Amino acid sequence: MNSPRSYRIAFVMILIALFFAWLLNVSSGSVSIPFFSTLATLFGQNVEVDSWQYIIWNYRIPKAFTSILVGGGLSLSGLLMQTLFRNPLAGPFVLGISSGASLGAALLLMGTSLLTGVTSLAFFQDISLAVAASVGSFLVLMVVIGVAQRIKDTMALLIIGLMFGSITSALVSILAYFSNAESLQRFIFWSFGSVGNLSTLQVYILAGIVFLGIVLSVLSIKPLNAYLLGENYAQSLGVSIRKSRFVIIIATGLLAGGITAFAGPIAFIGLAVPHLTRQIFDTMEHRVLIPAVFLYGAILMLLCDTLAQLPNSAQVLPINVLTSLVGAPVVIWLLVRKRKMIF
Amino acid sequence: MSQQENHIISVKELSIGYGSKKVAENINFSMESGILCGIVGINGIGKSTLLRTLGAFQPKLQGSINMGHLALEDHSASELSKKISVVLTEQPASKNLTVQELIALGRQPHTNWMGSLTHQDKRHIHESLNTFMLDELRQRKCHELSDGQLQRVFIARAMAQDTPIILLDEPTTHLDLYHKVQILRLLQQLAHQKQKTIVFTTHEIDLAIQLCDKILILDGVENPFGDPCELIDQKRFEKIFPSEMVKFDSKTGSFKINR
Repeated sequence: MNSPRSYRIAFVMILIALFFAWLLNVSSGSVSIPFFSTLATLFGQNVEVDSWQYIIWNYRIPKAFTSILVGGGLSLSGLLMQTLFRNPLAGPFVLGISSGASLGAALLLMGTSLLTGVTSLAFFQDISLAVAASVGSFLVLMVVIGVAQRIKDTMALLIIGLMFGSITSALVSILAYFSNAESLQRFIFWSFGSVGNLSTLQVYILAGIVFLGIVLSVLSIKPLNAYLLGENYAQSLGVSIRKSRFVIIIATGLLAGGITAFAGPIAFIGLAVPHLTRQIFDTMEHRVLIPAVFLYGAILMLLCDTLAQLPNSAQVLPINVLTSLVGAPVVIWLLVRKRKMIF
Repeated sequence: MSQQENHIISVKELSIGYGSKKVAENINFSMESGILCGIVGINGIGKSTLLRTLGAFQPKLQGSINMGHLALEDHSASELSKKISVVLTEQPASKNLTVQELIALGRQPHTNWMGSLTHQDKRHIHESLNTFMLDELRQRKCHELSDGQLQRVFIARAMAQDTPIILLDEPTTHLDLYHKVQILRLLQQLAHQKQKTIVFTTHEIDLAIQLCDKILILDGVENPFGDPCELIDQKRFEKIFPSEMVKFDSKTGSFKINR
């Protein structure tokens, strides 16, 4: 029987991999700290340079934690979308959630300067940006849910989500065209994605959002499994289509919307990780896939972030560049090797 | 207990259709447990619509449908899932499911909030695998199966759901004669040995005559229902198709092309 128990070894392996990815992530960064000093700091020992301790505890560990939340959360939302929409190419972007967040951020960063000519929002920018992006993604989400209540066909919903994405990105383009160079630059930087710029409060908020998303996903395990047969079969198994779909969409919105708000629109993780996970966990059972996909996404995000740091240099590549460079070839490889992306 | 209360399905004066568009009306039939019943009729007469209505996928227009002593619409979703299982014409959304995983999904109405399988659930799954000769295929993915195998998997899933009523929409389409007969024989066994009430739509009228206990003919007028032999005697099959093309031969119980 394909119960979670049969995958115990795989889970142990993936947890060990997560630990090492985390260690690697924590021990590398723009300031060169010897590996053993990093370990010593983690075990609470004093090290040669005081600032190292500060960097590790106050910068690197929160950043690594954020990477885990972002990677795991985005991957989980991708899994939910792929099952709900019965489409291997679905991801957090398809419902227009990420583009909604972009619109919110764009309105704040470029719209305010456009309307008032001042950019005095900078001093409380970190929170206001997250709020604007969250509001943007949830506004789009509300519209999608409104449509979802009326339309029973999930495919139509998918296309409507894509159309919302197009509309919002067109609006963002209009804003970008008319805004000044400085605010355009700020928006571009946000859209590059980053897991390192969060304040402690923001990390806590993000953790809360991701936790709620995970709880809702776990509560939806049975409907998610039933959806694998199709909506009619799910209904015949006693699943309430409207209610379960509502919960799953809310979970996705929380995960993808919340993460995009704080870390920017990070590409490909949500789409690619569920497929990668199935290479190891060859099952469709969501009791296995939900934790596995979350852990796998966390590992991949930690690795991408480690690479983005360009070890020992002050330069940091945009995280979006790394995830696209890793994610897009993975999708191509899956298509070429497997001939088709079966979900 | 009166005759009426023994009936697991009882349909009276039923009209079916979509909104204002009536597809079929004046449908009356009832049957007890352990019956294999085929619904036959020409394309577009409303066979699938009737099956969808019986399965509560769409509302009836008029009349009454009783499942046991309770009207169909008075069942909650979870009660229905324990009473009626279905085999539809649609493919599974994910063909990456293994045979065993797919059949295990049939146990959902009986499992806890996480869908953990108890010993009893596993016994039902095992029995279904066994009945439908799927033991060797249990770890295969659905996309690796032939049409006939996949159809057996779906019927096994319905059996694992362990409901008194099983509805099947054209379970024998796309299959060759051998597999058509195989599927129908398995359904007959299931109905007789497990006392299930099995209703299916089909275009294989000659096979249905040989294997079904009851047949409902949708002809758009009287919609006769009864034993196959009775219906033959009453010359009911002659009216299914326009007579200029095919003619029913009541001696062999099959249709012949007019020359």
